[in-house]
This record gives sequence, structure tokens and C-alpha cells, in this order.
Amino acid sequence: MQRHLISAADLTRDDAVLILDTAEEMARVADRPIKKLPTLRGRTIVNLFFEDSTRTRISFEAAEKRLSADVINFSAKGSSVSKGESLKDTAQTLEAMGVDAVVIRHGASGAPYRLANSGWIDAAVINAGDGTHQHPTQALLDAFTMRRRLIGRDAGLGQDLSGRRITVVGDVLHSRVARSNVDLLHTLGAEVTLVAPPTLVPVGVETWPCEVSYDLDSTLPKCDAVMMLRVQRERMNAAFFPTEREYSRRYGLDGDRMARLPEHAIVMHPGPMVRGMEITAEVADSDRCTAVEQVANGVSIRMAVLYLLLGGNEPAVTHSRTEEK
Amino acid sequence: MSKILIRGAKVLGGEPQDVLIDGEVIEAVGTGLSAEGAEVVEAAGKVLLPGLVDLHTHLREPGREDSETVLTGTRAAATGGFTAVFAMANTFPVADTAGVVEQVWRLGREHGYCDVQPIGAVTVGLEGKKLAELGAMHESAAGVTVFSDDGKCVDDAVIMRRALEYVKAFGGVVAQHAQEPRLTEGAQMNEGVVSAELGLGGWPAVAEESIIARDVLLAEHVGSRVHICHLSTAGSVEIVRWAKSRGIDVTAEVTPHHLLLTDELVRTYNPVYKVNPPLRTERDVHALREALADGTIDIVATDHAPHPHEDKDCEWAAAAMGMVGLETALSVVQETMVDTGLLDWAGVADRMSVKPAQIGQATGHGRPVSAGEPANLTLVDTEYRGQVDPAGFASRSRNTPYQGRELPGRVTHTWLRGKATLVDGKLS
Repeated sequence: MQRHLISAADLTRDDAVLILDTAEEMARVADRPIKKLPTLRGRTIVNLFFEDSTRTRISFEAAEKRLSADVINFSAKGSSVSKGESLKDTAQTLEAMGVDAVVIRHGASGAPYRLANSGWIDAAVINAGDGTHQHPTQALLDAFTMRRRLIGRDAGLGQDLSGRRITVVGDVLHSRVARSNVDLLHTLGAEVTLVAPPTLVPVGVETWPCEVSYDLDSTLPKCDAVMMLRVQRERMNAAFFPTEREYSRRYGLDGDRMARLPEHAIVMHPGPMVRGMEITAEVADSDRCTAVEQVANGVSIRMAVLYLLLGGNEPAVTHSRTEEK
Repeated sequence: MSKILIRGAKVLGGEPQDVLIDGEVIEAVGTGLSAEGAEVVEAAGKVLLPGLVDLHTHLREPGREDSETVLTGTRAAATGGFTAVFAMANTFPVADTAGVVEQVWRLGREHGYCDVQPIGAVTVGLEGKKLAELGAMHESAAGVTVFSDDGKCVDDAVIMRRALEYVKAFGGVVAQHAQEPRLTEGAQMNEGVVSAELGLGGWPAVAEESIIARDVLLAEHVGSRVHICHLSTAGSVEIVRWAKSRGIDVTAEVTPHHLLLTDELVRTYNPVYKVNPPLRTERDVHALREALADGTIDIVATDHAPHPHEDKDCEWAAAAMGMVGLETALSVVQETMVDTGLLDWAGVADRMSVKPAQIGQATGHGRPVSAGEPANLTLVDTEYRGQVDPAGFASRSRNTPYQGRELPGRVTHTWLRGKATLVDGKLS
């Protein structure tokens, strides 16, 4: 494992499988009456959020607290950042207060990379989403969810996603989730197909390790998981597609389309869902949709990442105590 | 007046010759010239060029004296071997009136490190809406002949047409910053493989090429001449080549950084590589080098764009666009054009002195190195190789993409009308 987690592309297959396996151990903690481990006691983690993101922040916070870390939440709104303080000064100020790791969400692509590589601070940096670049813990929790559902909780241990066919549908151009997933799923041996209107596929996509299709219906019957990305309504004002209704008709997942999926296939969504846009309520509320499960898995994955980056070599979970009880 | 004998220099890279300067002019060029009464500069092995002329410099004064002033910028120019620079109009206030251009021109004369020829804005406030008083700027003491909204594109086709027509009255030229604004909203880097991966907003080549195509056609239609600033793509080269073959009066410039660097460097997210137009691909770099060699691209211009440290010591999206270039331009041209065999030193003199002086009508610059000509000269140690160290820059800013990079060539002496502005690499 590296010292920072900036991009899903930085992870080797073994790194990624180790994180997924560690997350399974962490998930067992969540089943205990006391959901807390002493692993990061005395370590301080700051959640440095320059963009609003309640769900990702809370997920990291829950993971940090379950590992007994001291948690500082920093939101750019109402802080010195809104008075013009630079990223560098903000980070150095926080580090001067004794921070061991920085979990950063930033609207500018590359901000976490700069933080980790500019010599501004020494703390470990974990990317919680940067602009339209990367969101590695999201890709990890998605892979975790797929492995559990498609292979099995115990059967999946030590396994990757070789040969699984994953379709990612929606606003690929503006999506850090899509970029992270393409990188990680490829590393884990899965075959990825991106489906979007041509306007929402980036120029330069041809070098990505995946297929690109403009037709959802033809890809559905041959996939093991379909991941729907949020499509912001504002995109239509910039002529990325003509109307909301046309988008839904061509690229939205409704009950009829879901019926064309193989029986075992799952429907995923990183949230927040725009019901009626990329996904209908019928699909979102069905058993095949893992959106809520993904949120729960997010905490386990973030615990695993924090533990592996900061926890050193001690075992994360002591099984003997649970067995004694 | 004092005499200077430059002994044994390879004039334009040719056979060693002596050059005798008397006062402001070259008195004689030949072999075995007498050193009597003259200060001698031993120049064996070095190349002597006419003083370099930069058609595209940002001196930042008035308004952004924290990044550069006319004094620090012209000191940087002399260090880089330049004897004349054209100062872009995007200052605060904008150089869109006779008053501002005269101020900049006068500051250049007072400091005396190199001639400063102000460029006037095409439109009031660079807003692209209303023509600035081009005639007044031309008639001012500054005698402006080059007009540009550089930093912004004159994107309105009618305004561009009128500007091209209007400057014909006094033989002016419009220098276009070719960037279709709608196609480059939120643009952060070249649009392509790297931008797709990095998730940075794309600046597509077509945004440059479509404006160039339109403007050469407009220039043809109204019978005027147009100059293209910092051309950066292989497609732009093709359009300019086509326009020239059609007899359209178009000239074009390329920056040193577009001859050397590519968008692969953006993977570091280090804003020192953030520039407008953006660094392009390897294929573009090769097309630009070939076009400069075959004359499709007429000149090298630095687009020297100083920025204070804090504007680059931040995340990519928040950073300013631009690179300093005056003090490294000749080295980069030697690296990319001379040492690759694409251009000889006479070719460098043509692209970096003769042609820019012609395009900008800089009297007394870009002249042959021969008796009777103004003594605007640059002496280069072409055998030198060394790492770029921005700490030693004369510019007030340090935003160079070449920090730590080894480059060839070093200007040792610069003479402006016989007066040494740089001696043994040190400003005088």
C-alpha cells in the first residue's frame, strides 16, 4: 500500500483485494453490539470538505470513530477559506494542530494530489472526491458490493472480479465515480462498458480500459451489474441532451429494462439518486438495487482504508474476544 | 564615443569575424580589425546574432507590479538577449488609450535595458465590443502599429473585420489570440487523452483552429494582414500553410514552450505547466517545429507571462495561466530547433529578430550584422549547458516550467545601440 490514496489507478490488484478483505473484517465489527475498535486511538484525522457532501463526510466520520480516531470536521463554508485562504495555508494550519491524516473533498481535480505531493504537509492524504477526477473509496465500496453480491461474503475473500461484466450508465464526462470505477474494475479483472449519450463521454476516452456504447438496451442482457450515475438536470441547459424526458427514455433504467437483465444481475447507484431521471422508483426500491447496501459498505471500506494507511501492522480485529463472549 | 571590438565571433553561426562597434552603430565587420582605442570582447567560439525581438511580452505594468514591471521585465529581456520587446495590452488599466501606451513606452526608454514597443488593445477594456482609439495610439509618441486583445479573443466576427479594415489606414496589424470562447468555457488544459483521465476541463484544438480559419478568410476578404499569436496545434499549422499558399497576408508565432513541452506534464497537476493556449501533444510539438523550420510559422515569441508565487502555489483550477520565457527562450530554441538540425543560426536570427521586427515595424531592429547598421547585438555561448535556476532570474517572477531542466546555450552579452546591457551574463 502507498502512503496516500489519491486515485483508484494507484492500487494494484493485491492492494485492492487486501482492502476488500479487510473491509469484510471491518463489516463484522458492525454486527457487534459495540461497534468500536481501538486501532486508531490517539490518531487525529481531519475531514477537510471544500464541497458539500453530507453522505461521504458522515461515512468517513463513522469509519474514523469506529476505529477510535479523534475526528475534526472542517467545512469550507463559513471558514477562513471563504475569506480567501489558500488550500496550502488551510492544510498547513490543520497540520500544525497535529493531524495524522487528511480526508479531502475538493471541487478542483487534482487538489488531493497537490496536497500529497507539493511538500506542503506530511500527513497521509485520502481523496474523498476531487472535481471530475477520482473518488477511490467509492470505487472500492462498489467493488466490495459487487463481490459480496456476485460471489459471496465468505466465498469472495481473496477473490477479484475476473470476468464479471459491469455496465456504467450516465454522465461519464463529469463523473469521478465513473473514472475511479473504470480504473479499479479493470485492475480487478472485470470487463467494463460505459453507456452514455456521446455528449457525456469525454474526448480521449479511447485510451480507457473499457468499452463505450451509446445503446443501453443492447448491453443490458449481458451484464452482471449495472451502475446508474446521477445525471444533473442542469446539464441539459448546456445542451448535453435535449430534455429530461428524452434522457430518461434513452438512458434511464425502468422496470422494463431491468427485466432484460440476467436474473442474478444487480442494479447499483452511488447516490444521491434522481428518481424519475436516471432511475425509476420501481427500480430504486427493488431488491436488486443495492444503493442502501452501498452506503453501509462505504463505512467498512473507509475503515479498511484508514486502518491500512494509518494502522500499521497490528491486526485490525481481534477475533478471540468475540469468540469468548 | 566608445568603441567595442567583438573579436572572432561566428556571425549568424558562420566563419569567425570581428565586429567593431563605434557609438551606436556597427562600424566594420571583417577579419583582423584593429583593436586600437576599443574595448575588446573575446568571442571565439560564440555566435553573434542581431538583438532578439519579442513580439509578445507581458510586462504587467501598470497594475500588476507584484509580478513584473517595465524595469524588471526589460532586465529579463536583456538577460535573454532581447533588444526590443512588444508589451501586451492586458494591463490594469488596459492599454487601450494613447495615455497608457505612452506611459509604458516612456518607462522603457527611461530604463534603457531594451526598447519597449507597446501593443494597443483592439477593443475598449479588451471586452470585444467597441473598437479602442487605434488611430490615437498609432499617432501617440509610442507609435503603436500592433494591436491585440491578447488574453482574450476578438471573437465577434464583425469587430474583427472592422479592426482588420481600420488598421489598413496606417499600416497596422491585428494580432489575434485565437480562442473561441464558448468552446473553451471552463477550459483547464488541452482536450484529449490526458484531460479525459485527469478530469480537467478541455481546451480543444478546434477552438483555436476555427478562429484562425475565420480570421485568415476575413483578412483575405478585406485585404488586410493578420498575425496569429501563440499558434499551438498541428491543425492551425495546416490552416496557416493553406492561407499562405493562397496569398493571404498572414503571419504566425509559436512560443518556446509549445516547441518543447506537452500535456503529459499536466499529470503532475503542477500549475507551473498551466498556460493559455495549453500545452498540446507530441504530434503538435513536431508539427510546430517543422512549421517554424519551413517558414509556415514566421517567428518565435515568448508570451512571457509573469505571475506571483501564490498564483501558482495552489490547486490547478485556482492557478493563473502563463509562464515566464524571456530568459530561457533562446536556449529552448537551440534545444528544439538548432541542436535537432531543423534550423541554423541564421534561421534563428530570422525567426527571433528579423521577422518579428518586420511584423512589428520595430525600426533599427532585426537588421543585418554589417557596417552602418545599429549596434543591436546578442552574443551567445552555444557550447554551454546548464540547469535552469529561477533563483537567478532578472524577472520579478519565477513561474518557469524549466526549473532544474538542463538546456543548452547562454547569452553572455547584449548590446542595445552600442550600449552593453548584459556583460558576461551580468546586467550592467
